[in-house]
Amino acid sequence: MAGKNAVSGYLFISPFVLGFLAFMAYPLYQAVRMAFSDVWLDLPNNSFGWAWTGLANINRAFTIDAEFTRAMTEEIFAMVALVPAVLVFSLFVAVLLNRKFFGRGAVRAIFFLPVILASGVLVGIETNNSLLQAVSTQIQEQNAMRAGVTGVIENMMENFVGGAGIGDFFQYVLDIINQIYAIAMASGIQILIFLAGLQTISASIYEAASIEGATAWENFWKITFPMISPMILVVVVYSIIDFMVRTDGEVMEMVYTQMTAFARFGYGSAIAMIYFVVVAAILGIVGFIISRLVYYYD
Amino acid sequence: MTNIGVAKREKKQGRVAAYLERNRATDDNYLLKRDVSRIAVGIFTTVLLFGLCFLIVQPLLHQFSNSIMSRNDLLDPTVIAIPREPTTDHYRLAANLMNYWPNFGAMVDGGFTPDVDTSTFGGILTAPFQLWEYMTGYFGSLLNTIWITALVSVLQIVACTLVAYGFARFDFPLKKFWFACVILTVLVPPQVIRVPMFLNFRFFDFFGLLSIFGEPLMLTGTLSGYLLLSVTAMGLRNGLYIFMLRQYFRNMPKELEESAWVDGCGKLKTFVKIMLPDAVPMLVSCFLFAFVWQWTDGFFTSMFLRGYGVMAVQMSALGETFAFHHIQQVAAATGTHGLRPDLALIEAMISTGVLIGIVPIILIYLVAQRFFVESIGQSGIKM
Repeated sequence: MAGKNAVSGYLFISPFVLGFLAFMAYPLYQAVRMAFSDVWLDLPNNSFGWAWTGLANINRAFTIDAEFTRAMTEEIFAMVALVPAVLVFSLFVAVLLNRKFFGRGAVRAIFFLPVILASGVLVGIETNNSLLQAVSTQIQEQNAMRAGVTGVIENMMENFVGGAGIGDFFQYVLDIINQIYAIAMASGIQILIFLAGLQTISASIYEAASIEGATAWENFWKITFPMISPMILVVVVYSIIDFMVRTDGEVMEMVYTQMTAFARFGYGSAIAMIYFVVVAAILGIVGFIISRLVYYYD
Repeated sequence: MTNIGVAKREKKQGRVAAYLERNRATDDNYLLKRDVSRIAVGIFTTVLLFGLCFLIVQPLLHQFSNSIMSRNDLLDPTVIAIPREPTTDHYRLAANLMNYWPNFGAMVDGGFTPDVDTSTFGGILTAPFQLWEYMTGYFGSLLNTIWITALVSVLQIVACTLVAYGFARFDFPLKKFWFACVILTVLVPPQVIRVPMFLNFRFFDFFGLLSIFGEPLMLTGTLSGYLLLSVTAMGLRNGLYIFMLRQYFRNMPKELEESAWVDGCGKLKTFVKIMLPDAVPMLVSCFLFAFVWQWTDGFFTSMFLRGYGVMAVQMSALGETFAFHHIQQVAAATGTHGLRPDLALIEAMISTGVLIGIVPIILIYLVAQRFFVESIGQSGIKM
């Protein structure tokens, strides 16, 4: 039985195995090799020139490049602040959208919009235009001067507390509120993943619970939350990846400029590899912790 | 009049009294507390959802009002959201510049002369494809994007579902390793392996096997190259769909399949007949993601689909296309060269292009949504 299982298993995943070997393995190997080499365009021969340089590129990223380590740590801290907010926000919205109310279809469609607007060529389509670019940087500089939504509250707090400032936790909450647009834009997929998960929970479980006298609050923590927990793993993993590898992220932009503007393929590849090792490590740790807590119905 | 008013008021008072009576009968004002908290929660969620919806829709509304403003309105600082002279000129021009609508008229006028070579056996075999390729030249970006995106997403979802089921339900050697590879394909964004990938597809040579029999294939710039990627679950973010579907299948009760196997149902048949019908909401959402991301994707599009004039290419090029068109027009009308259009006009143009570019996806979402809302009822029965 075990042997037969293994054969069927491999038959099911065979498309992926074939595709990975044929289309992905070699480019990946090349990208890794680039990270340890000096690569330049060899235009007369219409190809690339390679020279193995060992750890020189990696060294350069950590010791010579002043920008890279700072950019990477900043991205990681931004991710740690944003992902929990996205998780809570999307689960909350999904639970709201799963209830019956007037105009539910329209509201769901609106919450799907960020998936479209924050994807592919639409990201920064207006700032990508060469003419609009100059103006947009100017506008951004002006906007940076203006306080966020909660600026008034922050000012009031500061005045009342007497300059002692507000607590770290409160500051975090206010930062989250100021970022609500970014969070809503980053939660489109997550809301849909949760909605699809919520809809597969059998209504009979809730019926049984309400007959036993469970409140909505208890229903959420004792039924919805455990049943949706496999999807929480998906959402956390997705949110981390989505945030870290988004095209307008600082490190990704560095990789891109190194590769295109400076044609430093080796160095660009090297910082990308370091970055991905770090992201993979974060994913591994987070995935390990969450998968301990996930409940599977079997 | 007054009599009816009095009767109404009395009736109302009677209802309130009856309600209070029923409330008194419950413990600790339970009924009143329950209803008050329900209404409070209702008001709270309505306000919250309305606010969030406005937050998301606001940029689109801004783009819409930009797209119907004439040049005077765009430059007039007193016009903010509602134009004084609304116009549809931008839409006409954007559709024109993006080659949006199908142009079958031109095909008929051109005398319908598909370049199909049926002199050889191979030519006869590929004639339908050649004919199709000829037709797509007149499809315009809208139709072309729809059929290419739909085809690619269906293939991707079929492949991903099979793979995900394999990972969710079977034990086989090296399972962890292959799953790590799945994660790896999502984690490494295409931008990073762009150069090696391009070389790999430009001179595609399956482990040197192809060069034994002939030339390496050129897969870049061809739809078939991307179809190959799609059937092998290597397309845009396919690793994510595998991951999502695997999580979903793992959470389904095993007893269903086991009883099917005991009754003599084969592995594939069990999968198709027992597991798939329950997975419809998840499949539809994965299909939607695949469709939307494929629609707006710039990376694989630039590698494989550049020649098909799909929407992603048209949308991202519209700003420059418009500037070029404007310069030409001004030059033709006045003889002055190099006069660039106003920034406001370019912005209005891009807004228009984005709007007509994403309207089809929104419509498809509205259609698809019905599927995953209606399937709630189905998923409940079998637990």
